[in-house]
Amino acid sequence: MEFIKKLFRSRALVHQLPSGSLTVNRHGAVITSTITSAYPADLLREIGREVLLLFREARTSQMPLAEVTIHFASLRITARELRGGAIIFLFPQTAYSPTPAAPRL
Amino acid sequence: MDDDSDWLELSREVLSQLPSKPEIRTATSGKRALAMLDAEPFRLLICDLKMPRIDGLQVLAIVRRRFPELRTVVLSGLEDEEFRSRAYALGVDLFWLKNEMQRNTLMYLECIESLLGRDNEGGFRGIQSKSLMDIIQMECLSRSSTVLRITRGTLVTKIWIQDGELIDAEAEGARGEVAFRRILAWRSGTFENLPAEPNRERTITKPINALLLESAQAMDENADITDPKSAEQNAHRKIVWKLSLLARAGAEFVVAVPPEGQVEVEALGTQNVESQANWTRRAAEIVKRLGDRIQAGPVSHLTAHNLERQLLVLPRENKTFLVGWAPDADGALLEKSKKLVDSWNS
Repeated sequence: MEFIKKLFRSRALVHQLPSGSLTVNRHGAVITSTITSAYPADLLREIGREVLLLFREARTSQMPLAEVTIHFASLRITARELRGGAIIFLFPQTAYSPTPAAPRL
Repeated sequence: MDDDSDWLELSREVLSQLPSKPEIRTATSGKRALAMLDAEPFRLLICDLKMPRIDGLQVLAIVRRRFPELRTVVLSGLEDEEFRSRAYALGVDLFWLKNEMQRNTLMYLECIESLLGRDNEGGFRGIQSKSLMDIIQMECLSRSSTVLRITRGTLVTKIWIQDGELIDAEAEGARGEVAFRRILAWRSGTFENLPAEPNRERTITKPINALLLESAQAMDENADITDPKSAEQNAHRKIVWKLSLLARAGAEFVVAVPPEGQVEVEALGTQNVESQANWTRRAAEIVKRLGDRIQAGPVSHLTAHNLERQLLVLPRENKTFLVGWAPDADGALLEKSKKLVDSWNS
């Protein structure tokens, strides 16, 4: 039995891509989320932090943005700026979960 | 400001015909003019260049530093092209030769009136080291109505732009498209914005992007590879070609950002190159790091928008591209951007 446990523990951790939305405040803390609790909270926080960083860098470069969409091969992240924080939508891009097209660009 | 008091009287008479009837003060020396500027606010300074003690260029340099809002016009008898360039480098709004002003007083008055009207509108001055294509494109993209007078040595040409459309050109005895192509072949010179002439007869009907493309092709065909100046000419052709791509696609600007520490950033259609390149570089880093962390695969592209424009960041093998579009631009912008970037990169 111990042998089998060891075998499974050694596997790389693969998460299902997150689907849903979350809001983060200006400090990067996750305020609300509709994403499954099985998805690691630290990754969710990281998504929030990086998205806020994108908006912040844009402001620093004197080109403040209202909305950003990141198109990864398997995930689309759309984030709208909310007074320093953001509301973030996560759409997995798989053949089984077609997602609505972005309204712009 | 002029050391010739007779000329000052003549100028006063001419300027009294301006429709806005501005109050006119005169000074016979640079020192006196600067003292007057210190004492009360003025809207426009018309000055001569050749003056005893403090010459006109010195006065202009001081004025630019101490009174950056003041509009400045040089009215000089010096026909040397170098003075025109030096005056424009100091940020003057217009450069007129005295004999030219006497020959074409009406136009001179229109220019002055237009400048007096512009001081309420604000805006920036001092475009330097921009190609003629950049300037024409900026005028067209901003839907301006103006006449561009371009001077190179003794040659003077004009381009008429109405509501952002090129309507006429005049160069070396030619008019219309032929003249426009001749002007495009110029690689240096100075330009001035003259008041628009809405009643000018239209001789050019082709859109600006089509003309740019044709001109680039013509330059390519006529290129002489044995010419020692071919490197410079090639660089010029490349710029024209890229501008034509930009205009054809309808995008506002493109910034091509190499990895940090490598060759210079390349950009067309924008003045905020440094800040846009910085953001592009940072955005590419952030999304790459995020993609790796959440295992979402490689980044295809990033889009963003605000009230002023839509932006698209496209990572490519050797560079990251930022393409700017008007906020109301629609259609397959991603496909158009990809096509533009691939052609640019080829």
